[in-house]
Amino acid sequence: MKYIDEFQDPELARRLLDDIHATVTRPWALMEVCGGQTHSIIRHGIDQLLPDEVELIHGPGCPVCVTPLEVIDKALEIASRPEVIFCSFGDMLRVPGTGRDLFQVRGEGGDVRVVYSPLDALRIARENPDREVVFFGIGFETTAPPNAMTVHQARKQGIRNFSMLVSHVRVPPAIEAIMSSPTCRVQAFLAAGHVCSVMGVGEYPELAERFRVPIVVTGFEPLDILEGVRRTVRQLERGEHTVDNAYARAVRAEGNPAARAMLEDVFEVTDRAWRGIGVIPDSGWRLSAKYRDHDAEHRFSVEDIRTREPAECRSGEVLQGLLKPHECAAFGTLCTPRTPLGATMVSSEGACAAYYLYRRLDLPAGPTAREATPVV
Amino acid sequence: MCLAVPGRVLDIEERDGTRMATVDFGGVVKEVCLEYLPDLQVGEYAIVHVGFALQRLDEESAKQTLELFAELGMLQEEFGDAWEMAAAEAGRDVVGEAGK
Ligand code: SF4
Repeated sequence: MKYIDEFQDPELARRLLDDIHATVTRPWALMEVCGGQTHSIIRHGIDQLLPDEVELIHGPGCPVCVTPLEVIDKALEIASRPEVIFCSFGDMLRVPGTGRDLFQVRGEGGDVRVVYSPLDALRIARENPDREVVFFGIGFETTAPPNAMTVHQARKQGIRNFSMLVSHVRVPPAIEAIMSSPTCRVQAFLAAGHVCSVMGVGEYPELAERFRVPIVVTGFEPLDILEGVRRTVRQLERGEHTVDNAYARAVRAEGNPAARAMLEDVFEVTDRAWRGIGVIPDSGWRLSAKYRDHDAEHRFSVEDIRTREPAECRSGEVLQGLLKPHECAAFGTLCTPRTPLGATMVSSEGACAAYYLYRRLDLPAGPTAREATPVV
Repeated sequence: MCLAVPGRVLDIEERDGTRMATVDFGGVVKEVCLEYLPDLQVGEYAIVHVGFALQRLDEESAKQTLELFAELGMLQEEFGDAWEMAAAEAGRDVVGEAGK
């Protein structure tokens, strides 16, 4: 229990943990969907505070990690063009494409800029009418509404030199894909709190019922996660499988209706490939026909770029909870945050990076782990 | 990027037909779009993600979250210089002028 004193309210953490310990009678495998939750769990050692019976499997909820290699290569191609100002969130800079990343493209003369908000990219477009400004629009349902609003504003304000490379993903189809896999070990989900802040909880009862899994909407601060786990374990032990909201201070049942309406207008549901996993039907959004003018894939004719993913990176299995990061042979040796093979090692929300940052010194040394050069 | 940070609305104005606010995140001040929470008022707290207010939050839980984020250095991760962070990770120098 070495970490518990660092919790914001150690007394409450203690009580939540005691309750979980008292409730659990047999092994359960829970998947936390959101990468922010994974990061928090590893950082605070929550998995080590829980009873041995409760296993947390790290899900595919890191948008940077699941953006397909192909889309990264499209981004790199567009960002290399002299007429383009390519705008992105900071955590995409080091995601490896084939042979290079955005950071390198900039070193080679590409005009790559980091923005805090997609609206910053729109402002850059307004200020640079003679340049093509492209925003890299990735993310889950939390990030999609800001990006949707930005495209909407571009159209409304007639900013024609603004376009977006869109690779949005949706959580419910991913849950469906995970549960439908023959190797699935997941028995319950901690659903991603901020995704539900936007979308509400309406998409989940059907999934909970069909797959007979509890789905508990959970925040990502340490106490939130303990509360989510506590409610999930209760349901599992009682044989229940309902949708429960353990993050009510930020999630209303209907989500944010204005944001949902905008999503429906600007995007349409499409099949989407997830890096390391493959295509999941209906799991993404792309710009709807009405906004196609602002689609960077069309504008720069990069639709035909096709890329195969490297075989040694096993992030697909990590993202599905079939493998823990340190069980990958490349972990900490061939693959480090400095020389990442897969996106899960780059993003601060990626499971491989989280293990590397907080766990690599505690992990049992494999045959090659000793040669690992500690970076950071 | 996935982080959504609670912030307090300092003031509100209409700009280019869009409802915008100045929002304070424990000392860091940013422009935030209120189109998805149009009735948010000065002094209230909301969860903000990449420059958009997405859901109201009560003051107490907002403050607790901000405190925790500050302690963990997460505000720095969210609002700091991404080029510097990427360069440090890559073990390379930032190329050219500071990224904007
Ligand atoms: S450790 Fe590296 S190579 Fe292995 S799965 Fe993670 S990202 Fe891929």
